[in-house]
Amino acid sequence: MIGKYDLRSTMLSVLILVVGLLIWHVTTFVPDTGPIAVDLSPEQQEALLSQNMAADDIAYYASQGVAFPQLDQIAGLGLSREMIDMAGGIQALGISVPDENSAPAPGSLFPSPAQIGTELWATITDPFYVAGTNDMGYGIQIGYSLLRVLIGYTLAAAVAIPLGFLIGMSPLAYKALDPYIQVLKPISPLAWMPIALFTIGDSELSSIFVIFICSVWPMLTNTAFGVASVRGDWINVARTHELSTIKTALTVILPAAAPTIITGMRISIGIAWLVIVAAEMLVGGTGIGYVVWNEWNGLRLDRMIVAILLIGVMGMLLDAAFARLQRAVAYVE
Amino acid sequence: MAKPFLSVEQLTQQFPDGAGGTLTVFEKATFGVEKGEFVCILGHSGCGKSTIMNILAGLAEPTSGVVKMDGYEVSGPSLDRGVVFQNYSLLPWLSALKNVTFGVSARYKDWSKPQVEKHARKYLSMVGLDGDVVHRKPSQLSGGMRQRVSIARAFANQPKLLLLDEPFGALDALTRGTIQEELVKVWSQTEQTVFMITHDIDEAILLADRILLMTNGPLARVAESVDITIPRPRNRTEIVEHPNYYAIRNHLVQFLGQRSKDLAGQAADGSEHRPETVHIDKTTEHQTAPAEVAPVVPPLRAVND
Repeated sequence: MIGKYDLRSTMLSVLILVVGLLIWHVTTFVPDTGPIAVDLSPEQQEALLSQNMAADDIAYYASQGVAFPQLDQIAGLGLSREMIDMAGGIQALGISVPDENSAPAPGSLFPSPAQIGTELWATITDPFYVAGTNDMGYGIQIGYSLLRVLIGYTLAAAVAIPLGFLIGMSPLAYKALDPYIQVLKPISPLAWMPIALFTIGDSELSSIFVIFICSVWPMLTNTAFGVASVRGDWINVARTHELSTIKTALTVILPAAAPTIITGMRISIGIAWLVIVAAEMLVGGTGIGYVVWNEWNGLRLDRMIVAILLIGVMGMLLDAAFARLQRAVAYVE
Repeated sequence: MAKPFLSVEQLTQQFPDGAGGTLTVFEKATFGVEKGEFVCILGHSGCGKSTIMNILAGLAEPTSGVVKMDGYEVSGPSLDRGVVFQNYSLLPWLSALKNVTFGVSARYKDWSKPQVEKHARKYLSMVGLDGDVVHRKPSQLSGGMRQRVSIARAFANQPKLLLLDEPFGALDALTRGTIQEELVKVWSQTEQTVFMITHDIDEAILLADRILLMTNGPLARVAESVDITIPRPRNRTEIVEHPNYYAIRNHLVQFLGQRSKDLAGQAADGSEHRPETVHIDKTTEHQTAPAEVAPVVPPLRAVND
């Protein structure tokens, strides 16, 4: 039953991918027509030949779309095609080809799937090269981003889960802290950035702080909710077994609230990964978010798209890890 | 007269009634339970049975009055008082075995792991759970099996007093019968003192040495203490043949059907409410049953009003 659906869903996914790539390919495909050749009248031909320009050269430049006035200029230079090429071509000598005759770009400005594929392959095969501060393998850049997320997120968990336990177990703490949580929670993490940059100063620490502040809330509220809604019966079981508060928290409340807590952690890691990209765009330096901005500034759209793709894949892996953790702590009442 | 093993003295419980006043659930309830005795408490819903149970367990505080066990006042929950909850209250993330070892290791902190497990398995097999079943999670067990685990957990802790709060209320009649027999078996092997809430008259007669009858609330009281004069071992199919069975049953039915209402709502006039002892024995000539116990035809739906 499930196997059957797996097969069909996989086939459908592949189909969607193929169709998507096809549409992408068609919309970014521009045929390589080459330059539009110029037809010279016999009189023009005659005039150029009379200026001692070689017939071969006339035919070549005409085929490259160079119109008569420019050909006349070239003839006026009295140079052969070899000498012009050695000098750097006609453009270098100040002679321009009319735009309408010049060759169109090979394909559109937006990279085609094939270009992305090539770039992706290059990235995957050599993810850790270092060729300068602005040219590092995406593996290294993702590593920077992950490290920031991990530090900020771990700090957030270390604060949010114990605090959530306190809030969940004590109605007093809940009532006292609730207004602050309600005000601070809806603030966009990036709005904290200027405050962080001003007070902390260091851009690296600021982005970690932003990760911390955005990860804290879902973990805090979910932990508090999970702890507060542990069934009274289970608490009574702990009480009739004379368990200490610490032991009750660890052996009864923690496993009972674990699914809710992990859900909060899963939401948090998703937000943290969203926010790190934006934060790195702001502070710059390193990280996959910075890479996206850097490639955009360099108009390397193909590399930018590869970076964006990697952000998505990484986010998916992080989410999958927490989904697995969620299954491990789930229980059926 | 020496104090009984469990002594409930002048217990009063009041709650705010939501309109600024107080609602007295029961007042100056006084009764005792002897060591090794199996006592059932019968009464209509809302008469405060569960409140008494929670106070005995230490999970709730009475408004006034004390509960003494073995001479010491009960305050807060204790491992000396094991509780079997109506809804089993097993920890769903632990296997059946782990649910029992959870309790055993809380009781016997210095025991080694194999020792704890051996003890837990012994009690699980007493309630008929052997083999791989014990590794299942509660969600993978039937209601009857869950309650067996719950009973095993309570008995394995060898508490001085075992409190059962309508343990079979959520089970079907057939399963209930089986587990009742297992409960009696375990009880007779362990010589526990058991205090049990039930709604079921036949269950109470089958299991108990003595039945406490509560009047309707508010201002409920433990009005009578009926001795079950049917010798053990009892068997559900054979006890109905015993001459005392219907006499006792009729008395209980009559109490719950009529007198629990008549006696309800009488405020204590300063004195404590001590249950009146009722001893019905048709097998001997001298019976001390109160005069008002008239032979009644058992109504079909006696317990329902």
